[in-house]
Amino acid sequence: MRATARLVARADRHGRTTLTELRGESPLLLRQVPAAGGGRTVYVVGGAAGPLAGDDLRLDIEVGPGAVVRVQTVAASVALPGRPRTVSRMLVRARVAADAVLHWLPEQLVAAAGCAHVTESQVDVAEGGVLHWRDELICGRHGEQPGHAEIHTWVDLAARPLLRQSLTVGPDAPGWSGPAVLGGARATGSLLIVDPARPAEPAAVRGTLTRLPLASGPATLWTGTAPDAHTLRGLLDGANGLSSIAVTAGAEEHRVVRVG
Amino acid sequence: MTAPTMLLLLADGRFPAGAHAHSSGLEAAVAAGRVTDLATLGDYLRGRLATAGLVAAAFAAAACRAAEPSHPRPSPSGEADQSRLRPPPNGDGDRARLTPSPGGDAGQVRRAALARLDAELDARTASLAQRSVSRRQGKALLRAGREIWPAASFDELPAAPGGPHQPLVLGLVGAAAGLDPAQVATVAAHATVTGSASAAVRLLGLDPYQVQALLVRLAAACDATAAQAARAAEEPPERLPAANAPLADIHAEAHATWEVRLFAS
Repeated sequence: MRATARLVARADRHGRTTLTELRGESPLLLRQVPAAGGGRTVYVVGGAAGPLAGDDLRLDIEVGPGAVVRVQTVAASVALPGRPRTVSRMLVRARVAADAVLHWLPEQLVAAAGCAHVTESQVDVAEGGVLHWRDELICGRHGEQPGHAEIHTWVDLAARPLLRQSLTVGPDAPGWSGPAVLGGARATGSLLIVDPARPAEPAAVRGTLTRLPLASGPATLWTGTAPDAHTLRGLLDGANGLSSIAVTAGAEEHRVVRVG
Repeated sequence: MTAPTMLLLLADGRFPAGAHAHSSGLEAAVAAGRVTDLATLGDYLRGRLATAGLVAAAFAAAACRAAEPSHPRPSPSGEADQSRLRPPPNGDGDRARLTPSPGGDAGQVRRAALARLDAELDARTASLAQRSVSRRQGKALLRAGREIWPAASFDELPAAPGGPHQPLVLGLVGAAAGLDPAQVATVAAHATVTGSASAAVRLLGLDPYQVQALLVRLAAACDATAAQAARAAEEPPERLPAANAPLADIHAEAHATWEVRLFAS
C-alpha cells in the first residue's frame, strides 16, 4: 500500500494557526482538533493495520512562521510482515520555520515478529524554531522477538547537522539486544527538544535514562531504555517535566569498580 | 596499497596515542552488571562493532579520502540507494563535493570537507562525554601524528577547543602513512574491538587466551564492518552511517560522573 499525507500550517494575522493543507489517504488519514492557545493538534489515524512489509508511507509536515502544531497518533503502529522480500517504509519529512512550533508525539512503533520496517525522519528546523520530537520503539509484541526494524532520525538546525541517529534491531543487527546497545530492554526511545528559549541542559544520567546536551544546540536529547512501553513512556514524560534527573545524576549507575 | 608493516604499526595498541587508557564504555557496562563474562563480552563487542565501530571506521575512511586527492568522490550520478537515505538538504549537497574546481585551492577544499565531517560526527555523538573523549583521543593521536610524520599537513583539521575528533585524525594519520581509506577503516574497526577486549581482561580478570580466541572469532565481522565503512565513506558526509546505541550514551554519561575509575572512558 502506498500513501502520502501532507500537512501545512500557517499563522493568520491574529497569530492563530490554520491548516492550509491537510490531506491524507488510507492508511495515513489526518484529523484536526483545536488546541489551546490558538495552535492545532492533528491526529494521524491509521486507516488499516500495519504498516505491512511492502507499504510505502510518506508524511510531509510544514509549519510556517508563527504556527503551532502538535501531531499525535491515536494508537501504536505495529510493523508487520507482508509481501516476502519487501520492507515497509515510513518517511516523515518536517520543516519548522522560525518562530514556529512542532510537537511530534506519536504513539510507539512496535516491531512485530518477522517485520521488515524502516522509519526515516528528516527534520529541518530554522533558526528560532521549536521542535519536540519523540520516538519510541518496542521490540516485539508480548513475548516475541522483533523482526528487522531501522529507525533513522536526521535533524538539521539552521541548516547545520544537529542529530543523526540510526537504530537497528532484529535478527540482522549484530549485538542489538546485547550489553552495548539495549542490554535486553524491549523498549527504547528518545525525546529531542530544540528550543531557543530553553538553553541545552547539562548532561545527566539516572538508571537507564540520560539527558544529553547536543553539540550544535540549543537542543537536548533524552534517551532511555526500559523493559516495556509503559515504563519507557514514564521515563520520557518525566524527562519532559525535568527537575528530578539533575539532582540524582548518576545515583543508580554510580559505582566504583576496583580491580586487583 | 602500502607495505603491510605500516598497517600493522598503526593498528598496534602500542602506537603512542593513549588507546590503552580507554575501555570504550566497557568499564561502565561491567559496573552496571551487563558484561560479566566471555559470552557477554562477545555480545558487547558485536554491538560496538555494528554501531560505534561502523561510524568511527566510516568517518576515518572519509577523512582519509578527503586528505588524499587520489580518492575522488563518485559523481552524483553514481549515488545509489537514494530511497533509504536523506537527499541533500536544501540542494546544497554539492557543497560537500571534494573535487577541486579548476584553479581552486585544494587545501581549502580539504579544510571544508574536514569541517563538514566534524559537524556530522558531532551530530552522531549525542553524548557530551563521548564527544569529549573522542576529541581528547584525537588530540593525543594528533600529537603522535605530528611527531611521526612532520611533513604531513594536519593543519586543515577544524580548530575545536577540545581537539579534533579521533576518527578524523586517524584518517589523516592513515593518509600520511600511505594507507588507503579501506585500510584506515580496518584500523578503526580493529581498534573498536581490541581496545575494549584488553580492558575486559583487566576489568573482569578474564583468561587472555579466551579473550584472544574471541577476537579471532570476531575477525570476519571486523573485516565486514571495515568494508561496509569504506563503501559508506564514498557517500557525502550527511549520508555516512549514524548507527547509535542507547546504552553507549547511558554508559558514557554514567562513567563521566564517577570519581574513581580505571579507564578514561
